[in-house]
Amino acid sequence: MLTKTKLAGLAAGVSFLAMGSAQAVEIEYWQYVFDSRIQAMDQLIEKFEEANPDITVKHTTFPYADYQTRVVAAKVAGQGPDVVQLFYGWTDQFVNGGLIQPLDPAVFPHDEIESEFFPIVSAMKRGEDYYGLPTAVRSLALFYNKALFEEAGIQPPTNLDELVAAAEATTKRDGGGNITTAGITLDMAGQDHHWWREALVRQNGGAPYDEEGNVAYDDEAGAAALKFYTDLQTEKNVGLVGFMDEGQAAFRAGLAAMTIDGTFRLGAFANNPFEWGVVELPADANGMRSNYSSYFANAIGATATGEELEAAQKFLAYISSPEAMEIWLDVVGELPARRNVALTEANLADPVLGPFLKGLEYAHTTQFYDEAAQRQTAIDMVNRVLLEGQSIDDSLAQAAQAEQAIIDQARQ
Amino acid sequence: MASVNANPQAGPVRFWDRLNIGTKRVIWAWTFLALPILFYAGIRFYPTFQAFWLSLTNWDLLRPAQFIGLANYQKMFADPIFWKVFQNTFLYLIIGTPLSLVISFVIAFYLDRVRFMHGFIRALYFLPFLTTAAAMGWVWRWFYQPVPIGVINGILSSVGIPQQPFLRSVDQALFSILVPAIWAGLGFQIIIFMAGLRAIPGTFYEAARIDGLGEGAILRKITIPLLKPTTVFLVVFSSIGFLRIFDQVYNMTTNDPGGPLNSTKPLVLMIYQTAFSSYQMGYAAAQTVVLFTILLFVSLLQLYVLREKK
Repeated sequence: MLTKTKLAGLAAGVSFLAMGSAQAVEIEYWQYVFDSRIQAMDQLIEKFEEANPDITVKHTTFPYADYQTRVVAAKVAGQGPDVVQLFYGWTDQFVNGGLIQPLDPAVFPHDEIESEFFPIVSAMKRGEDYYGLPTAVRSLALFYNKALFEEAGIQPPTNLDELVAAAEATTKRDGGGNITTAGITLDMAGQDHHWWREALVRQNGGAPYDEEGNVAYDDEAGAAALKFYTDLQTEKNVGLVGFMDEGQAAFRAGLAAMTIDGTFRLGAFANNPFEWGVVELPADANGMRSNYSSYFANAIGATATGEELEAAQKFLAYISSPEAMEIWLDVVGELPARRNVALTEANLADPVLGPFLKGLEYAHTTQFYDEAAQRQTAIDMVNRVLLEGQSIDDSLAQAAQAEQAIIDQARQ
Repeated sequence: MASVNANPQAGPVRFWDRLNIGTKRVIWAWTFLALPILFYAGIRFYPTFQAFWLSLTNWDLLRPAQFIGLANYQKMFADPIFWKVFQNTFLYLIIGTPLSLVISFVIAFYLDRVRFMHGFIRALYFLPFLTTAAAMGWVWRWFYQPVPIGVINGILSSVGIPQQPFLRSVDQALFSILVPAIWAGLGFQIIIFMAGLRAIPGTFYEAARIDGLGEGAILRKITIPLLKPTTVFLVVFSSIGFLRIFDQVYNMTTNDPGGPLNSTKPLVLMIYQTAFSSYQMGYAAAQTVVLFTILLFVSLLQLYVLREKK
């Protein structure tokens, strides 16, 4: 008897669930695990579901290290998400692998995207199609430790010469000449490879890549940029690669006066036990500035069709809306991807957000094919000079060759 | 319910009942053995053969695998980084295995004679073996930092020796990683060696002493030869461990895995990066086949060299 009752209850439950699913569409949203991003997305989903009672959004997250593998594995298993977050640098892999589908221009008009978003959104375009839209964007700036600057009696640098002078003034060494407080952190594995590619190479009159996306830094400009960077350790002795293990760790510990990092570090630096400030990346002698901007975009999964596709489009439109961007800025601290939401007077006057926002105006976005491998070529380039004493020109040529090989391989 | 069991089973004599007890035992044995055999076939052997096949394809997870012959192997053997990694892997083996065995034998040999706080000292040696490799890797990584936070460099500079780059040097990094790797395995090897030492009958030593043999001769003629089974086991075990080294390297060099300039990268780390960072599954499978071959060859060679002469 008991079993029969249970069965009846189960059957009722199943039919109830089936009824529920007939009325409402459930779509799945995937992103990687990062506390504030999850909180922000939960808020957005709540608001979206309020406005669209017939759609429910299931929020699924994976650790960052597994994230790409999980997306790929899900596609192989035919169980992909309807809306998925991806780094702009993965777009080629995701498009070639058939993981995401192009945005319908009827729902997301191109002229609207191009006029309202920052121009870096073009990194999501392949051929005539956009494959995703960002909620927030990131740029780089120079963080400085106010206490160490006051102690040295100097102002934050505005150009590269002042940067070197400031680093020299703030570096502290022990009796053996070993650095105990670095003037500036040197960490190619962090954000420095972006600073080198998109800022230093350009400020020396070169370009990191040509129109077709091939490596173009193997010239005098690239060599001057690399020399400037490695000289900070070899000639000026104001920084040491590997000091305190990581650049951000050295800055957080108050043992580095300056570090170059992105908006995403604001949260981690918020409870530093000292006062710190942010200024734009230093200009060159002629006042020319450059910056690197990147973002995570949201795209529609290749498996979404019919009413799920419609729901996914609605959801993507909402999480790319001005309202969503403001929530994202409040909760995560990342800059809005729409110009008119980002460049408000209040934001520009903000001492922390202002320098990052100004950086966005002149930022470049590197077209990566395999970000980890390309970053490795930059790490190795600097290491060959610093650890093996290879000449700047040879190391640069070797790096250019290795990176071009990665690009060629990815285009096959 | 109980009454059902009490009744003897009626009906014709079944097939099972006609078998004699020996056959039944064999059938039972194979029934129980079938489970691990199936498990091994499905979880171990099938993927192994699958890897051989994958190594001949260009599978990248996304697109269906295409047969490309030996192209992966050609690419691998033409890649200077592969040879660098190959060399590193053997450096870990050639330095790590003998060094760890000599140290653990010496410690076991003398610890065996220590009575004072014997258990405590043995526990101290065994402790690192219980520690997670990742945690240990990170602790040692911080030990090796430059001043002001690196303990080792702090000591060096306080006595006036210039600080050493350790993990930030293409020459020192591999050895810097080997030290904690050897240290971590010591406890286990010491325990096994001590068990081996205890298993040698005391009468042999008494007889030798009565015959007037010195300590050195006893060690050479009795202890070491009789420890051979233990040594063979430890050599094979530790060689495979060093050939497969990964945790220590990865955790001590996460910013630049296997760096600087690939000077610490072992084969397993290269396979991991090829497969799960660049998604070149076919190429990674080819590297796996090489690792498999090396492990097989080294194990067989050692078993042959150290075999019991009859």
